[in-house]
Amino acid sequence: MTDLSIDLGFMKLKNPVIAASGTFGYGIEFAPFIDLNHLGGFIVKGLYYSSREGNPPPRLVETSSGLINAIGLQGIGVKRFSEEILPCLIDYDTSIIINVCGEHEDEYAAVVDLLNHQPGISAYELNISCPNVKKDGKCPALDPETTYSVVKLVKKSSTRPIITKLSPNVTDITEIAFSAQEAGSDAVSLVNTFLAMAIDPNTRKPKLANILGGLSGPAIKPIALRMVYQAAGRLKIPVIGMGGICTGGDALEFLIAGARAVEIGTANFIDPEATVKIIDELDNFCRERKIGKLETIIGTMK
Amino acid sequence: MKKANQVIITDRKMWKDYVLLSLKSPQIASKALPGQFIMIRITPHSYPLLRRPFSIHAVEGESIAIFFQKSGIGTNILGLRKIGEMLDILGPLGNGFGLKGDFSHKKTVLIGGGRGIAPLFFLANSLADRKAEIRTFYGGKTSYDLPLKENFEANGLKVFCSTEDGSLGYKGLITDYFNLEMRQFRPDRIFACGPDAMLKTIADIAAIENIPAELSLESIMGCGIGACWGCVKRLKKDGVTGWFRICQEGPVIPADQIIWAEKDK
Repeated sequence: MTDLSIDLGFMKLKNPVIAASGTFGYGIEFAPFIDLNHLGGFIVKGLYYSSREGNPPPRLVETSSGLINAIGLQGIGVKRFSEEILPCLIDYDTSIIINVCGEHEDEYAAVVDLLNHQPGISAYELNISCPNVKKDGKCPALDPETTYSVVKLVKKSSTRPIITKLSPNVTDITEIAFSAQEAGSDAVSLVNTFLAMAIDPNTRKPKLANILGGLSGPAIKPIALRMVYQAAGRLKIPVIGMGGICTGGDALEFLIAGARAVEIGTANFIDPEATVKIIDELDNFCRERKIGKLETIIGTMK
Repeated sequence: MKKANQVIITDRKMWKDYVLLSLKSPQIASKALPGQFIMIRITPHSYPLLRRPFSIHAVEGESIAIFFQKSGIGTNILGLRKIGEMLDILGPLGNGFGLKGDFSHKKTVLIGGGRGIAPLFFLANSLADRKAEIRTFYGGKTSYDLPLKENFEANGLKVFCSTEDGSLGYKGLITDYFNLEMRQFRPDRIFACGPDAMLKTIADIAAIENIPAELSLESIMGCGIGACWGCVKRLKKDGVTGWFRICQEGPVIPADQIIWAEKDK
C-alpha cells in the first residue's frame, strides 16, 4: 500500500489531489459521481459576502485543447453557503477549502470573519486572481504590493490557514508569490487562468459576452508547470500546482517540479471522475516503481 | 454512482448535414425521459476538449439515438464515427418535458426548428403511447433540413413541414405555419425545440393564447452536471430573476419562465 499522504505543514492531506475552485461547484454536485471521501480535498466555488449574478452568456468558448470562461463568479454568497451547503459537506472525511473572494479588501475579511465561526473547514484559498470579474481583467494578484496588503489583512482576520491563489498574468510570478509569503500566506496555489479571448471571424464579434475570459485546460499546462517550478524554487511555503492537469502523469510533472499538492480543474468538466482516476494513477505509478511514499518524489527533477 | 459509459455505435444514418446515431446503452435506455440529454466525449484526446450535449432522440429496446447537425468541429468529428466504434457517454441528464397528468385525446403540438427536432421524436412517441392527439410542425431552411419527416410518418405521426425557400411544404417560417394552422387546431399543450428566435415567437403566441408551452433550450455547455455555470439563461423562477443553469433547471423550461435576450426580440 503506497502512502499518498502529503504534509503541507499547516494541513495534512490524504493525497495530493484537490478539486479546484470554480470547476467543482460547491462539492455536492459531484457526490452522485465520486466518493468525495477519496479526495485529498476540494475547494468550493469562490464566495463573496453577498450573492453575485455573474456575467451574461456566452460564458464559455472552447479553443485548441483549452477552455476560455467568463462566468464572473456567480454564486449564492457566504451566508447562504454556510446555512444551506456547508452542513451537507462537513461530514466528508476530506479537506474542505473555501475559496474567498472580495470586491475590496474589507469584503475578503468579512467573508473570512463569517466563516471563522463555521465548523469543518480546513483552510481558505484567497482568490485574488480571477481575470473575468473586472472588464479589463485586473485583479489584486497582478501587483506585489496589493497582493501583500490583501493577504496581510485576511491573515489577520483568519483563524485558519491561508492559501493565496495567484494569477499567471504577470511578468514575474516569483515576485508575487514572494509577496504572498512575506504577508504571511501559509501556501500559494498557482496558476489561475490566463487572460484570453476569441473572435468569430464571420460576425467579427467576440465569442464571450465579457470579451475577455480565462484560459484553462491542457493548452496552458506547460506554462503553468514552468511557473510552479519557478515559484517552488524561490519560496519556503508550500506551492500547490495547477493548470491543465488531466492525468496522473500530468500531476506527477507538477510534483516533480516542486508542487506539494495539485489542483484539478477543467478535467472535472470532461470527466466527473477525473480526480479519483488521477489518485488511482498516482497510486499505480508508485506501486510499479516501488515508491513507498509519494511525498518523496516532490521536487526531485533530475 | 453515476458513471460515464463506453457504448457501441449500432447504427448510423447520414444526410447532407445531419447524422442519426444509434447507441447501445441499456442503462440509459431504461431510465431516459423525453427531453433529457447525454454528454458525449468526442475523442479521448484533448481536442476537442469538452463533451458535447445531445438530446435523446429516440429510445428503442436497449438502444438510444441522437440526431445532430454537423455544425462545428465536435459534431463534424462525431459524424465520422462508424458503426462498431465506441463512444464515451454520460447520462441521462437534465429535466425533460412535463408529462404528468392525462394526455388522452389532448391536442398537443410539437414544433421543431432544424436540428431542434431531435428531442421531439422521443416525445412524440411517448405522447402517442399516452393517446394524445399530436401534430408535429417541422421547419427548416430547405427540404434538406427536414430529413426526419419520413421517420415521424413511419410511426404514424402527422407532420406539418415548412421551408424558407418553399422546397417542401409551407413556404415561410414554421412559426407562421403553426399560427395559421392554430385556427383549426388550437392545442392544449405546446412543446418546442429550435433556435432562440423561433422559441421566442412560440412563447409569445403561447402567452397571448394562454396555452401552456414548454421549450427545450440550447446552450453552450461545459460539463452538463451543474459544475461549470457556463450554460446559463435568464429565467424568472419562483419570484427570482437571474442566470439559471440550463443543465440543471432544463434543458426543458416552461415558456413563461424565460426572459429573452434583446437579440431574440
